[in-house]
Amino acid sequence: MAKMTMVQALNLALQQEMEKDDSVIVLGEDVGVDGGVFRVTDGLIDQFGEERVLDTPLAENGIVGMAIGMAVYGLKPVCEIQFSGFSYQNFHQIENHAARLRRRSRGRYQVPMVLRTPYGGGVRALEHHSESREAYWAHTPGIKTVIPSGPRNARGLLVSAIRDPDPVIFYESKALYRAFREEVPEEEETVPIGQPRIVREGKDLTMIAYGAMMRPTLEAAASLKDKDGVEAEVIDLLTVSPLDDEIFVTSVLKTGRALIVHEAPRSFGPGAEIATRLMEKAFYYLEAPIERVTGYDIIIPLFSREKAYLPNEQRILRAARKALSH
Amino acid sequence: MPRNAIDIPEKIEYLSILNEKGELDTSLEPDIPEELLLKLHRSIILGRKFDERLLNLQRQGRIGTFAPTSGQEAAHLGAVALLRPSDWLVPAFRETAAEVWRGRSLESVIIYFNGYDEGAEIPQDLNNLPISVPVGSQIPHAVGLGWAAKYRQTDNVAMTFFGDGATSEGDFHEGLNFAAVFQAPVIFVCQNNHWAISNPVAKQTRSKTLAQKALAYGMPGIQVDGNDVLAVYAAAKEAVERARAGHGPTLIECVTYRMTVHTTADDPKRYRSEEEVEQWRKRDPIARYQKYLLDKGLLSEDKIADIESEVLEEIQAAVDGAEERMKALGDPNNMFEHAYARMPAYLKEQKKAFAEEVAEMTEVKNSG
Repeated sequence: MAKMTMVQALNLALQQEMEKDDSVIVLGEDVGVDGGVFRVTDGLIDQFGEERVLDTPLAENGIVGMAIGMAVYGLKPVCEIQFSGFSYQNFHQIENHAARLRRRSRGRYQVPMVLRTPYGGGVRALEHHSESREAYWAHTPGIKTVIPSGPRNARGLLVSAIRDPDPVIFYESKALYRAFREEVPEEEETVPIGQPRIVREGKDLTMIAYGAMMRPTLEAAASLKDKDGVEAEVIDLLTVSPLDDEIFVTSVLKTGRALIVHEAPRSFGPGAEIATRLMEKAFYYLEAPIERVTGYDIIIPLFSREKAYLPNEQRILRAARKALSH
Repeated sequence: MPRNAIDIPEKIEYLSILNEKGELDTSLEPDIPEELLLKLHRSIILGRKFDERLLNLQRQGRIGTFAPTSGQEAAHLGAVALLRPSDWLVPAFRETAAEVWRGRSLESVIIYFNGYDEGAEIPQDLNNLPISVPVGSQIPHAVGLGWAAKYRQTDNVAMTFFGDGATSEGDFHEGLNFAAVFQAPVIFVCQNNHWAISNPVAKQTRSKTLAQKALAYGMPGIQVDGNDVLAVYAAAKEAVERARAGHGPTLIECVTYRMTVHTTADDPKRYRSEEEVEQWRKRDPIARYQKYLLDKGLLSEDKIADIESEVLEEIQAAVDGAEERMKALGDPNNMFEHAYARMPAYLKEQKKAFAEEVAEMTEVKNSG
């Protein structure tokens, strides 16, 4: 096993799937010669040529619309949208077509495409480069929204996303791209879509997070143990939609307390849906109100203040202690 | 420092072969087999009569809103006639006759416009995409399909249809640009019917033609008399042959006219004059084409009457068949199907809860 960054792990997933299956096509802005602005597609054009790694004109909607046609034909296009802040330009094609063609053709066609795009704050970027808008995608039936939290699960999830018969929005945290390395096996490994994972076991409090928020959440869980003697159970959603609630409901039935962390704005965010599922399925087991640690309901500020906006270990600890105080 | 005109070699041609008086330019007459000429004629008649029947059904409350095609039959049938079954048809929503030409059943059209998803079912062997309601949004799909056909080393092509209004959409510009950049085998057929609901084409663009927009993308464009099925066929033949040979996409602007409403929810008297409609009635695609076939001795007045009554019988059988089939489509539980390849757990829960709810709501259960 090699120690890899998330960028390298994603690159490995693409390279191996392209090698296995000539229906996998990579397309997007600067994905070829430049290897993508974050280098996730680095070297693919050298191995697979311009025929399978397409540097497209600069038009997000055109990229996704073309990918839909490729996918209907039976190919497995993997589009890169350079920043998720530009993916609203292609929202229309996902909402109106990618999500619906299976339904609209009564199963004759499907759209096995992946839309990879970097999301989230924490890298001192320009405006429109730091949003966390997974709720937009999660609200559309017919597509899946996947958000890995580290190199190894990023690789396994991307392989699953490429093979998935439905369209997958694949959110990659820029803050995690090169934040740390993990052992990633050279041999094939997949991580199933739609299955959250317990990444730390505990009995006193359930902490639910995903993507870049896993690190501060795990740090907070460690601090709770060290400073407060509290054993928090931490769940990594990995897939925001379709949201599978079995693992976190089971956990809360045990702990009686729940805390949700995401960097997306609070109102109508994934936390609202998670909290409602808990109300529906674990209400009589709750010992305290469900806590949410999230971005605020404002546009994320420019980077000099983004750290103040993003949830961090201290904010998570504060909310956890509040939940535990009841 | 020079300030010279840049030599852009492309030109936009206008093509008319059989004019509104039925006069034929024999030097341009395409060589179309007799069988195909007659199939085109029958399909145009079927398209017109089916459209009239659908309008009638809508006014009787037996189907919902739909977009009529009357007057535009030549513009889409002349083009789609060039496709092979292995090619791709990517329609907008005003090419019903073209969809039927390719193999879509009349029954499915009725079932769809009466609000049942089952009417959208596409048989496994038919390379038609479903109709696309958001204007122009289907255009990039044709590019992906064409690109994929080329990648798989076939000589199949994709043909997509859209109206004059769609040429203002980003999907149109992005689609044409991508197709040209990647030299995808795509035929873009614009049915310029002069009206995007209430907005005339002059308010849609300052361009003299829609065809000339092709030049900006580096692809050939041609404007044809869209009510002249021979001209549409001839232009589409060149475009399809070019695409099959690996020479990339073409834009064809078919100048036609929407003889009736935008959809059945529209009242054209609010925005256009009856005089204008009358002018276009004289340019109808059927009269001139029938004259052409009569002159060639391929049709007689009796034969035309026979075709019309055959077509009406076919339509009646489709209406009867659709209404019979819809009696069995009352179960709303199947609205949960085809959301995903495998139904997620939470959706299964919703479906189960719905089944319990609906069992108690007889009015919903019986609404089909």
